Amino acid sequence: MYGNDFAPEQDAPGGGLLGQVEAAEAALREAAARAREGSPTPGADPAAYFADVIDADQKIEPRDWMPDAYRRTLVRQIAQHAHSEIIGMQPEGNWISRAPSLKRKAILLAKVQDEAGHGLYLYAAAETLGVSRDELVELLLDGRQKYSSIFNYPTLTWADVGAIGWLVDGAAIVNQVPLCRCSYGPYARAMIRVCKEESFHQRQGYEILHTLAHGTPAQQAMAQDALDRWWYPSLAMFGPPDGDSTHSAQSMAWKIKRFSNDELRQRFVDMCVQQAEVLGLRIPDPDLRWNDERQAYDFTQPDYDELMRVISGEGPCNRQRMEHRRRAHADGAWVREAATAYAAKRAGRTRAADQREKVAA
Amino acid sequence: MNGPFDFTLALGDDALVAAQRLGEWATRAPEMEEDIALANIALDQLGAARLLLSYAGELEGAGRDEDALAYLRDDREFRNCLLVELPNGDFAVTMVKLLLLSAYQVPLYTALAGCPDERLAAIGAKARKESAYHLDHSALWVKRLGDGTDESHRRAQAALDQLWPYHHELFAADPAAPVDPATLRAGFDAVVQPVLAEATLTRPETGWTPGGGRDGVHTEHLSFLLAEMQVLHRAHPGARW
Amino acid sequence: MSEQNEPPRTPATSPLWEVFVRARRGLSHTHVGSLHAPDAELALRNARDLYTRRQEGVSIWVVPAGAITASSPDEKDAFFDPAADKVYRHPTFYEVPDGVAHL
Repeated sequence: MYGNDFAPEQDAPGGGLLGQVEAAEAALREAAARAREGSPTPGADPAAYFADVIDADQKIEPRDWMPDAYRRTLVRQIAQHAHSEIIGMQPEGNWISRAPSLKRKAILLAKVQDEAGHGLYLYAAAETLGVSRDELVELLLDGRQKYSSIFNYPTLTWADVGAIGWLVDGAAIVNQVPLCRCSYGPYARAMIRVCKEESFHQRQGYEILHTLAHGTPAQQAMAQDALDRWWYPSLAMFGPPDGDSTHSAQSMAWKIKRFSNDELRQRFVDMCVQQAEVLGLRIPDPDLRWNDERQAYDFTQPDYDELMRVISGEGPCNRQRMEHRRRAHADGAWVREAATAYAAKRAGRTRAADQREKVAA
Repeated sequence: MNGPFDFTLALGDDALVAAQRLGEWATRAPEMEEDIALANIALDQLGAARLLLSYAGELEGAGRDEDALAYLRDDREFRNCLLVELPNGDFAVTMVKLLLLSAYQVPLYTALAGCPDERLAAIGAKARKESAYHLDHSALWVKRLGDGTDESHRRAQAALDQLWPYHHELFAADPAAPVDPATLRAGFDAVVQPVLAEATLTRPETGWTPGGGRDGVHTEHLSFLLAEMQVLHRAHPGARW
Repeated sequence: MSEQNEPPRTPATSPLWEVFVRARRGLSHTHVGSLHAPDAELALRNARDLYTRRQEGVSIWVVPAGAITASSPDEKDAFFDPAADKVYRHPTFYEVPDGVAHL
């Protein structure tokens, strides 16, 4: 997933999103440098030590004691994040073969490739919690773990590739930047890496839309249509409103999550309004207006019933996305088996050669 | 083929069509790590294609850039070899195809790096390192598939049987070209034979040597590949992207 | 698709490898993450593709994760405290005279 720190205007407050990522990394180093009183003395209460580490804004590391619920929450969240990266390759991958210029084709291919890489970083982070990637992939393929609902919408035109870069990756990074400060070390480090790698993507979705919005009438219409279809699903990416969000309070106490769904959604809307103006595109919300009192935009909430339907499997592309992933996994089984068999044969040969050497000696 | 334009165009088309096929693997690879590797190789081929097509456009001097050459020619005007346009098939077909292609491109780009045309020499110097990686990757996989399980061996042998006849076209003599492809065969054989031997694969015995790509006479597959690749660009004549 | 109902195939689970990258000459290898690969050769290739897509490294190590023995946090004091009193190992122990650079 990618950032939307593309408009120079956005760089001003707080140094932009990439600046926030760097600040998070600096904070991580700084916290690591603050000496702690050794480690839990034998016989001391590990839960109290865990709480101390969290309170001190230090990182929990893989072999530390942690509450089971903390571990379970992290495994679920990191895995679903990883699944989202992997499934998220499909809607954009859909346009690699038809990208309208060789330059766009190269950028899109590199972007989809990075999503695979980010998925792997995240699976690796999840594995430090004692689950295997194979188990997590099974949970995805069996439909027992979810991925971001946004990827169940289709990419119908080239402008959708731009809209995904601008809105979907934009919403994702608003979510992800705070995760760079997550209390679990491997997750925080993976997120820092992911967010930093996105520097080359940050502008690409916006640039696609900007070019279209300043192109032929047909291209302009394509851009507006994409914004019309992706706006509300992007707002829904932040999850249900705070009152209905079941996991939020505990996750915030554990410093896995740093801001509420509604806070992040508001932040996203406030960023997008001016960016849409520069594009010359109309955000499809007649009630969108600046609220001087709140110093934020009032806006229409997405249809959360639709979000729930899509999460429960009734979005336009849920079945297609899962079938595609299952087929790729099943079609690749013989290749993975061959590589395993080859490795075993070769290990056997090496052992046999060692034996011969010993005998000869 | 004659002249540097045709030669450069043919190499550019090889790389472009190879990139288009490899790009089709995105989201479909047998393992997530391999998705990344295949995308890397596709990006290398695409990068080489852009350099070669841009230069071909300059040599032609008719104002065509890389996109005009990629998107606005029909299949009869493409000069790529048949090997790269054949459908991806299974992973064995893709890896054997990549082995044959990169075992040709490594000596080709190496020779190009020493040719008098400075632009071609620079492209060759850059691309030969990338091709060496493609060769390494495909050789590694052909060995694993050939000497893996019974099923993978069967698939790898079938892939070799299917693709082997198409490699002859790569070495058709063209003494006037900046690099005569006929001179590259020894380098190809020296690389491919040991890989096939280690992979326990048998070179098929057949006298069939399909060709014609360099003259714009292709398989039926190319027109479909181009239809998909060019559809959006052609739907909006003159538009910027 | 009927995969869900089919019996699971032999799982071709490939082992986990830890990856260490030397970012630049003069620096030591640093742990960057992990990946899966059936053997060392593929692990090295995969590590190149995954962790050095942006020229982040000049040298890569891959180590089977199973070959690493890790200390427990509980043992931390026993393991690491002996070094804590050897402050002469830390460069800040030494006073650097003013005007000396590149030390």
